[in-house]
Amino acid sequence: MSETQRETMEFDVVIVGGGPSGLAAAIKLRQLAPDASVCLIEKGSEIGAHILSGAVIEPRALQELLPHWREEGAPLDTPVTEEQALYLTRDGGLEVPFLERVMPHMSNHGNYIVSLGDLCRWLAGRAEELGVEIYPGFAGAEVLVDDSGRVTGVATGDMGIGRDGEPTGNYAPGMELRAKYTLFAEGCRGSLTKQVTAMYNLRKGVDPQTYGLGIKELWEIPKEMHRPGLVQHSFGWPLDDRTYGGAWMYHFGENLVSYGFVVGLDYPNTWLSPFDEMQRVKLHPSFRPYFENGRRVAYGARALSEGGIQSIPRLTFPGGALIGDTAGFLNVPKIKGTHTAMKSGMLAAEAVAEALATNRVEPGSYTRRIRDSWLWQELRAVRNIRPAFARFGMKKGALYAGIDAMLLRGRAPWTLHTRHGDNETLEPASISPKISYPKPDGKITFDRLSSVFLSATNHEEDQPVHLKVRNTSLWKTVNWDVFRSPESRYCPAGVYEVADEATDPRLQINAQNCVHCKTCDIKDPAQNIDWTTPEGAGGPNYPGGM
Amino acid sequence: MTVLVFLDHDDGVIRQASRSAIAAAAKLGDVDVLVTGADAAKAAAAIPGVKKVLQVTDTSGNSELAEPMAALLADLAGGYTHILAASSATSKNVLPRAAALLDVQPIPDIIAVNDADTFVRPIYAGSALATVKSADAKKVITVRASAFDPVPAEGGNAVIEEVALPAGPGGSTFISTELSQSERPELESARVVVSGGRGMQNEENFKLLDPLADRLGAAIGASRAAVDAGFVPNEYQVGQTGKIVAPELYIALGISGAIQHLAGMKDSRVIVAINKDPEAPIFQVADYGIVGDLFTVLPQLEAELDKAG
Amino acid sequence: MKVLVPVKRVLDYNIKARVKADGSGVETAGFKMSINPFDEIAVEEAVRLKEKGVVTEIVAVSIGEAKAQDTLRTAMAMGADRSILVETDTVTEPLSVAKVLKALVEKEKPDLVILGKQAIDDDMNATGQMLAGLLGRPQATFASKVEVADGAVTVTREIDGGLQTVKLALPAIITADLRLNEPRYASLPNIMKARKKPLEKITPADLGVDMTPRLSVISVAEPPERKAGVKLDSAAELVSRLRNEAKVI
Repeated sequence: MSETQRETMEFDVVIVGGGPSGLAAAIKLRQLAPDASVCLIEKGSEIGAHILSGAVIEPRALQELLPHWREEGAPLDTPVTEEQALYLTRDGGLEVPFLERVMPHMSNHGNYIVSLGDLCRWLAGRAEELGVEIYPGFAGAEVLVDDSGRVTGVATGDMGIGRDGEPTGNYAPGMELRAKYTLFAEGCRGSLTKQVTAMYNLRKGVDPQTYGLGIKELWEIPKEMHRPGLVQHSFGWPLDDRTYGGAWMYHFGENLVSYGFVVGLDYPNTWLSPFDEMQRVKLHPSFRPYFENGRRVAYGARALSEGGIQSIPRLTFPGGALIGDTAGFLNVPKIKGTHTAMKSGMLAAEAVAEALATNRVEPGSYTRRIRDSWLWQELRAVRNIRPAFARFGMKKGALYAGIDAMLLRGRAPWTLHTRHGDNETLEPASISPKISYPKPDGKITFDRLSSVFLSATNHEEDQPVHLKVRNTSLWKTVNWDVFRSPESRYCPAGVYEVADEATDPRLQINAQNCVHCKTCDIKDPAQNIDWTTPEGAGGPNYPGGM
Repeated sequence: MTVLVFLDHDDGVIRQASRSAIAAAAKLGDVDVLVTGADAAKAAAAIPGVKKVLQVTDTSGNSELAEPMAALLADLAGGYTHILAASSATSKNVLPRAAALLDVQPIPDIIAVNDADTFVRPIYAGSALATVKSADAKKVITVRASAFDPVPAEGGNAVIEEVALPAGPGGSTFISTELSQSERPELESARVVVSGGRGMQNEENFKLLDPLADRLGAAIGASRAAVDAGFVPNEYQVGQTGKIVAPELYIALGISGAIQHLAGMKDSRVIVAINKDPEAPIFQVADYGIVGDLFTVLPQLEAELDKAG
Repeated sequence: MKVLVPVKRVLDYNIKARVKADGSGVETAGFKMSINPFDEIAVEEAVRLKEKGVVTEIVAVSIGEAKAQDTLRTAMAMGADRSILVETDTVTEPLSVAKVLKALVEKEKPDLVILGKQAIDDDMNATGQMLAGLLGRPQATFASKVEVADGAVTVTREIDGGLQTVKLALPAIITADLRLNEPRYASLPNIMKARKKPLEKITPADLGVDMTPRLSVISVAEPPERKAGVKLDSAAELVSRLRNEAKVI
C-alpha cells in the first residue's frame, strides 16, 4: 500500500470525530470564518452511532453556540424536575438529604435529560447547513506530519484489507485529508490523540489521566412507572471502599429510561467485572421496580476521562489541537462533559479562526482562551474531588467532597494529584477477593453477548484484528499468571476470552464484538493491548435514544 | 369464494410446500389448482379438497418463464377471489408479475389468514410480524409453507381441465436449468442443517459432522464462535452477521446459543440442541435437547439413524 | 446503453428492527439508514457493466422521503452518473413504486433496469417483477450472473435447488440476488465527488402516479418467543421423536 495510491484533498480545517466537541468546533468555525473549508470525519457509520452518554446536559455551551436552539428543534425535551442521590446498602437505600447544599456541583436545575446521540445528529444537521462537510464511516488512521514537524492532516484507513493483512478484491486505499489545522475530537483515549501526544510529548508535567468505564442500557418501561425528569445517582453498594463508581437512572422521552453504571478504572480488584456490577445493581430494591415489565432496547459502553484539570495535557501543537474528552474536560463530580466538550471545541475554533487569519503554525491562543473561560473556573473548583476518592477511599472521599464543596467552595489552597495510571492499580489475583455475581435472569439482567447484540455492533469480518496484543507471551506471564485475565472481565463486550483455560491458556480475541469503549487500551496492566481503528463504519450502531 | 393455487412440483410430485399453500387456501374458499404437466396434474387431482385441476399442457421451457405464466394467471384470475402459491423462487418470479397485470399489490409470505382480506406476514427478516389488510378486490398471495400443515397428498379425486399457455410478451427465452449436483445442499436452502460451535474444539473435530450431514442430506453450518476460533471459514456462519436459515430441522452441536446465533436460526421448524452445559441458552429455543458430551452423543446418533434405516 | 437502478433507503442491516410499543410499526427514528443491500448489488452490477464498456450511463432513482437523497449519493459514489429523487412521504409499496418507475422508464428510456430482488424492510420481493409486468417487458429475477451481448442479456438465475439460464431481448428488467457480486466500498474520494453529481427532484404527481397504498397495516408485533422443548436422555429417543413426533426425518 504505497502512499502514492492515496488521493488527497485540501481543507482549511479537518476535525477528527463527530461528537459534541467536534461538531461544536465545526459550527463555531463556520460562524467565525464562513469561507474556511471544514471537513469532519467520524469512524461510526453515521453521526451518533458511537455516541454514548447518560446524559443529563447543561445547555450553557449550546446556548452560546446556537442561541435559537429551542426554536430550531434541538432534542432537549425532558427538563430535570427531580433528583436524588442514593447511598446503597445491600438491601436498602438512603437518600442523601439537602442534596443541593451537600453536593452543589450535582445540582441539575435548568438541565435536560437527553439522548446525546440524538443531540449530535441534530448538531450535525446544523453544521451541514453551515457548509461543514461531514463524512461518517471513515476512521482517522494516521496523523500526517510535514518535514517541519507540523501536523498537516490525517489519512483515513484503508478499506478492504483482509484478515491476513493483504488487500482483498475490494481494496480501497485511504485518503489524505490535508489541513492547515487539525482538531482531534476523538473522545476519551483517542487513538490518533495517543500518537500526537507521544509525538509532541504533550503529557509532560501533568498528572496521568485516570478513567472511568460507563456501561449503559436504554429501557422502555411501563408508562405508570415512568417519571419523566427524574434523575437518580447511586453510590455505595456493591462497590467496596476502594472502588469509585455508581449507577445512574434518568427518566426521559417516551417512557424511556437511561440506566447505567460507571466504575473508576483505578479499581484494584482484578476479579471485578464492571459489566456484572452494572447488571446486579438493577436488582437492588431502589431500581428493580422500574425494570419490571420493561424491555431493554439498547446497550453500549464507553470509557471517560476522570482526571480533571490536573490531567489535561498541553492542548496545542504545530498544526492543531485536542478538544473535548480526548483532552479530558469532563467534570467528574458533576458527571457531565458535554457542555465542557462543546465549550472546548468552540474555544479551539476561535483560536483556529484567529490562526487562519494570521497564518500562525500553532493555534496557541486556545490554551489562554480555555484558562480565561468559565470552563476552567468550573473544572478548577472541583479539581480535588475525584482525587480525594482515590486517595481516601469512598467514604472519606465523600466526606472530603462535602467539606470541599460546602466549606471551601472549591477554593482549597491545595491540589490533590493522581499518581498512577489506571493500568498500575490492579492487584494480583492471588490477593484480590473473588466476587460472585448472580446469573443473568434474562428479564432484568443479561449476559454480555445478548447485550452486545443490542448495540448493533458489527465489523467487516475479513479485516485484521484491530485490537493488537503487542507481545503474546507477556499476556501469559502477566495477564494470566498474575491477574487471571482481567480483560475477560472488564471488557463489557465479551471481546476477550480465555481459551483452553485448563490446559494451555491463550487469549481469544473476538474483535467483532468491540463497542469501541477503549477500556482495554487503558486498563491492560502491561499496556500490552493497543486499540487501533478498525475499518471505517465498524463498531456499534447506537440507535436513537442512546 | 373460489381460490386458485399455483402448484410447484418436482418431476410430477407436488411439493409439500404447495400442499401447505392449499391448506392456507382452504381457509378462504373452494380450491382450484394450476399445475404444469400431466403427471403433476394427476398428482394434484389426488389431493383431498381440490375441486378442479387446471393443467398447463405446454411442457416446453416456456412454462418455466414468468412472462407467459403470469399472463395465464391474470387470464384465469377472473373466476377467483384469491390467487395463492407457496413461497418459492418460482412463485416469487411469477405472482408479482401477475399482480401487476391485475393492478393488485401482492401479499408475500403470509403465515396466517385472519379473514378474506387480512393476513399476517413477517417483515424485517422475521423480526416483526405485520398484520395487513388489503383493499384490492383480488388478492395475490404467497404462503410461508412452514406456517401451515400440509394437506395430505392422497385421497381426493378432482377433475382435470387443460389450459393452454398464452403467448406472453416475447423477448424471453428459456435456455436451461441446472440443478446443483453438489452432495451438500446450500446452507440457506437446505432442508436440514447440522451446525457446530466452539464445543467442536478444533478444525479436525469439525469434520466429524460430515457423516451425520451426509446421512441427513444436510448442509453444515457453524456459530460465529467457531468461525472466530478458525475451525471453519466464514461462509459457514449462521447468525445475525452470517446466514439466516430456516430449515425443517436444525441440529446444533456444541453451540451455546448466543443471541447472534439464535437470530440466524430461530425460525427453523424443529431445533435440536446437543450441549454438555445444561444451562446453555440454546436449550431455551430447542424443541429437543440432549445434555451430554457431543463427542459421545454424535456417534450414538449416527448409529441410531443407521439402525432405523 | 443506459441503465436505470432504483435504490431504497432502509433500516441498516446491522440493526435489529424493534417493534414500537404501541404496535403501529417498527421504530426507525434516529436509527441508521442505509442503501438496501440488494440495491447496492444492483448498483455494483451496473457499474461493472459500465467499466466493461457495455453501459454508458447509469441513472439511480429513489422513491421516498427527502433523506433518500443520501442513498442516491451512495449510489453515485459507487459510480452512478446522476440520480432522480421522487419525493413522497406516503408509504411506498411495490405496486406504486413500479408505477413510478414505469413512468420514469418511459421518460428515460433505459435499455436495462437493474433492481435489488427485495428490500430488507418490507421483504416484498415484487417491484422488479411488477415493473416488468406493467411495461410488458421480459424479466430475469434473482440474477447471479449477467452478460450483455448483441442486444440481449443472458442471465443466470437462482432458483430452488439450482440455477436457471434465460436470455432476454433488450430492453429488459433484472433483479439482483446476493451472489451476483460483492459491492465495492463507496470510497471517500468518490463520496466527495458524488456531492457534485446531478440530483433531480420530482414528485409522483409530476409523473401522474397515485401513491395510495393498497395494503394497510393493522398492527405490528414481535414474533412469539420460541419455547423450550424437552430434554431427552438418549440419541435413540431423539431419533424416534424426530421421526414419529416431529416427522422431519
